[in-house]
Amino acid sequence: MDPRRSARTVSDPKVRQVGFFTQPPPPDRSISDPPRHHDPIQSSSPSSPPVNDHSPSGNSLSPVMIPPPRHHSDTLLRTALQATSPTTSFPYSARTVTVPQENDDVSSFSPGRRVVSGKSPSSFPGVKASSVPASELTTVSVVNLPPGISVDFSAYKEFGMVRVSLLDEHQLKVSCFIILKTCAMKHLHAEKEKLTAEKSGGAAVEVQNDQLARSKPLKEKTSKAERRALQEAQRAAKAAAKAEGSKAPAAASKVGPSANTKPSKAAKPPSQKNDGSQVAPSEKKGGDRAPEKDRKKDAPHPRMQYDDASRVEKAKKRAVVKQTEARNRVELFRHLPQYEHGTQLPDLETKFFELNPMHPAVYKVGLQYLSGDICGGNARCIAMLQAFKEAIKDYLTPPEKTLIRDLTARISSYVSFLIECRPLSISMGNAIKFLKSQIAKLPLSLSESEAKASLMLDIDRFINEKIILADKVIVKHAVTKIRDGDVLLTYGASSAVEMILLHAHELGKQFRVVVVDSRPKLEGQLLLRRLVRKGLSCTYTHVNAVSCIMHEVTRVFLGASSVLSNGTVYSRVGTACVAMVAHALHVPVLVCCEAYKFHERVQLDSICSNELGNPDAISKVSGREEISYLDGLVNSDNLQLLNLIYDATPSDYVSMVITDYGMLLCLLGLTIVEELTMVKACGGAAHKCARHCERISKRTPMVLDGS
Amino acid sequence: MDFQVVVLAGGTSKNLTPLVSKEVPKPLLPVANRPVLYYVLHQLEQSNLKDLIVVVEGKDAALLVGGWISGTFVDRLHVEIAAVPEDIGSAGAIRAISHHLTANDILVVSGDLVSDVPPGAVAANHRRHDAVVTAMLCSVPISGPSESGSSGGKDKTKKPGRYNIIGLDPGKQFLLHIATGAEIEKDTRLQKRILRAVGEMEIRSDLMDAHMYAFKRSVLQEVLDRKDTLQSLKQDVLPYLVRSQLKSEALSNRIPRAEENGNEKVSSQNNQVMVSQILANASTPSFHDLCSVSHDGSAPIRKTHKCCAYIASSSSYCARLNSIQAFMDINRDVTGEADHLLSSISDHNNIVGPSTKLGTKTTVGPHCMLGEGSEMGDKCQVKRSVIGRHCRIGSHVKVVNSVVMNHVTIGDGCIIQGSVICSNVQLQERVVLKDCQVGAGFVVTAGSEYKGESLARKEK
Repeated sequence: MDPRRSARTVSDPKVRQVGFFTQPPPPDRSISDPPRHHDPIQSSSPSSPPVNDHSPSGNSLSPVMIPPPRHHSDTLLRTALQATSPTTSFPYSARTVTVPQENDDVSSFSPGRRVVSGKSPSSFPGVKASSVPASELTTVSVVNLPPGISVDFSAYKEFGMVRVSLLDEHQLKVSCFIILKTCAMKHLHAEKEKLTAEKSGGAAVEVQNDQLARSKPLKEKTSKAERRALQEAQRAAKAAAKAEGSKAPAAASKVGPSANTKPSKAAKPPSQKNDGSQVAPSEKKGGDRAPEKDRKKDAPHPRMQYDDASRVEKAKKRAVVKQTEARNRVELFRHLPQYEHGTQLPDLETKFFELNPMHPAVYKVGLQYLSGDICGGNARCIAMLQAFKEAIKDYLTPPEKTLIRDLTARISSYVSFLIECRPLSISMGNAIKFLKSQIAKLPLSLSESEAKASLMLDIDRFINEKIILADKVIVKHAVTKIRDGDVLLTYGASSAVEMILLHAHELGKQFRVVVVDSRPKLEGQLLLRRLVRKGLSCTYTHVNAVSCIMHEVTRVFLGASSVLSNGTVYSRVGTACVAMVAHALHVPVLVCCEAYKFHERVQLDSICSNELGNPDAISKVSGREEISYLDGLVNSDNLQLLNLIYDATPSDYVSMVITDYGMLLCLLGLTIVEELTMVKACGGAAHKCARHCERISKRTPMVLDGS
Repeated sequence: MDFQVVVLAGGTSKNLTPLVSKEVPKPLLPVANRPVLYYVLHQLEQSNLKDLIVVVEGKDAALLVGGWISGTFVDRLHVEIAAVPEDIGSAGAIRAISHHLTANDILVVSGDLVSDVPPGAVAANHRRHDAVVTAMLCSVPISGPSESGSSGGKDKTKKPGRYNIIGLDPGKQFLLHIATGAEIEKDTRLQKRILRAVGEMEIRSDLMDAHMYAFKRSVLQEVLDRKDTLQSLKQDVLPYLVRSQLKSEALSNRIPRAEENGNEKVSSQNNQVMVSQILANASTPSFHDLCSVSHDGSAPIRKTHKCCAYIASSSSYCARLNSIQAFMDINRDVTGEADHLLSSISDHNNIVGPSTKLGTKTTVGPHCMLGEGSEMGDKCQVKRSVIGRHCRIGSHVKVVNSVVMNHVTIGDGCIIQGSVICSNVQLQERVVLKDCQVGAGFVVTAGSEYKGESLARKEK
């Protein structure tokens, strides 16, 4: 790994090492021949790091890996040419995803983070490669996605993740975007290079470097939204040009700001999702460089990059909660918000009566988030929804405003308040999205009281169906996996897992439970207490002993904060470690996660999106003053404390995800066939992917319809 | 935020004779030339609490207070003045205005509280824990002149009589025991049940109940209705609630669920139970929850309620004007270390009114305040004192650690130390007063010396 590290730092010192580096996948999955056409790269580009021997195809299959650095040498063009050859074989109709390219500066191009920014159409059907000039804004047709899915590659650029919008929330099964990520994106980039080179002659690199050079899109059939986005992109480019003239490293620092412009899934108005064209939202994301004024009104972005000083300043100005930045932050996690814990709560408390627009119920929930009185995905979501219900109950439309618009704005302000108290969990984001879409869907003819009643009913329905019933169904499924004599291991305190264990016990199954816990929250103790009281036989240990206890375990049940569309399980920190140990010892890992917690984004590591907890919690042991060895050191400059809340478990370590829609053996299940074709088209790691998919399909994903 | 604020302003308190009188009820007692009630109302106004109920004992006092409030806070606050009979206690006062209370939670503030602790903090703490009562606790102020105690320093030994004993849980969130004032002399009884439930109790005597409470309205009204004998919020109601927190009798904590029993379907109720269970499991249970569930973890068998404490940070100022000593202390502090309570402060650490006349060689030390229109003769000395409006002070007068109210005439050569001189008092020449209180309108004859006495006109 080391050579790769150094290579990265050379290419862009500002980019942090991202990723969750594992050994290459076990031999049965990972054996593959590096594609032939990569060899020229190795031979002809001496600057390539030696690790490219395995990459990209060798490593690219693991969802936790980062595509290796690419160098914009001429050889790449050749590669790309080879890669484009099978494009004509696509039988499927295309959906278009337009991503205006911006900011694509080779000098700041950081491997692993920004793989695809511009799109080259030639590798995909639906657009003829020859018809596209070297425009920065081109259209990509992504084939064979099920209807209602759009892929936003631009997100990948900044976040190391692909944003895929699932229009239909039930389409959990469609999650084969690893392939997209690993193969398509790299080659797309290569092809873009090639195209530029072709069209603009030898000055290809200059064109790349000079990101100001934007030409009109060739596509004639652009929608209004597209044209608008393009216009904005151009305007932004002009501004960027000026900036670039004055200071050279502007490009490098631009990663942050542009990252923030992109509306998050949760914050995006749901109405956009509902209208027919997926083009507009995804395009906006990439090209949105709206004037600062517009943005000021926005809530602080859930995905804000907190290492960007100017943006943090702005967010602070509009913040309700006083946020004192913590001083010593771990370099790798500077982009995440971290405040001096302990300063926020008293300050918020003193303002209790001054926040007039805030509904008391929402305020109370915010306080409880901030003080840590409520934690756990389901509980936080329920508490939030119930607070919103209260708020809607007391809501009165101000004169000369319409309920739909004003209430949406009101809810948004509540949400931004809650975000200031604690970053939203993904499940909460989904719930908010649901609520907003319900508000947007209200017919105008409804009277205010009817509308409120219907919304309150909707909220109740969401809680009942998506959380309570979902848990019941999960319990029903999961109990079938518990046999007499089992030793079940669980980590932390998941409400779903607790219900499963209790239900299995009620059914009279004979099993033992190992509760694995970790500092600083020790939430497992609460679970343990409840289990022991019900008469289950339990073993309690901490996560550092998990490798020892795992030998006697027959099943691992884990909860999840979210399951992402590449199968990554986003959960309480430590889960990945437990899952990996279990995987290494061939113990099946079952992840229990309600479907409303699924999210369409793809995350490859637990770095780019995470939450930082109170660093004091790990430096102090409550109730044991005699071992507070770090006293007085906490504020020293060369000590940085890191208390992460979440981690990402790659799907490789998860044997099964139990949701209310059934049990998914592997999330990479359903659209394998289609994906396969595309993989081939992308060349690259096709062989490898095919093998992977075969392996998956042999497992015959079992999807029970739970609903 | 669904809070109602009740300010218990009091009336003519016996503790403070001869300072208070019919003309100057306790709420209007000047602290740094402002009525003490001003500090509470100002604090509430800062917190954006503009709808207040001010309860005053006695009709005459209510008229006076009402007149002052409407004059001072016109257009800024919406205040309802309620007059209650005297000597019914603070609980009685709440009982009397009970029908005015509609909000979910009631913030009850004593009118004699001089503090910079934001009331919002108490309210927020109350809400966060969903408590029945939240009491603000602050550290006991150091009595007597704190530094350079030339006088009055000796009565420190007399003071410890007013200790409170307060029991807190290890997290300093919940009140487990509270005993105030007179009870302390006897043995203190702790409840075994609470001690057993919590496991550990921290007993503090350096905290004082600041008489700022947030109550859940339903519970407060129920308790007041049921228990007629409860007289005072501080000495009866709060200890009662704290005592009974693990076996609360008919407290309306769980009412919403009980209502649903009848008309909802069983399935939806099941869901409700599950929702509440998920929520309950997610939060760290307090000892109340642990105690209320039976051993096998089934439904709650015992009703509990939470009594929370909000402990003001040690840097904030908090004092109650409930004794003459406290009156002196507060006057000194407000002009001195806690001068942020006054909005305007000059550079010289003292406040001299705009139209005062000072004679030659007259010095006004730091932490002093001179009201407007006062005149001082030559070679006077004023140290750590507050002098009211339109006072006339002759030459060679020394005023140290004292409070002189409005319209006081002081003859030449007087020496006043550690004393309170009320309005319209006349001190003739060469009077020497030490640790005295002089009631309103009193005339001290020339050349007399008093020490530690309370001088007042006989009531006719």
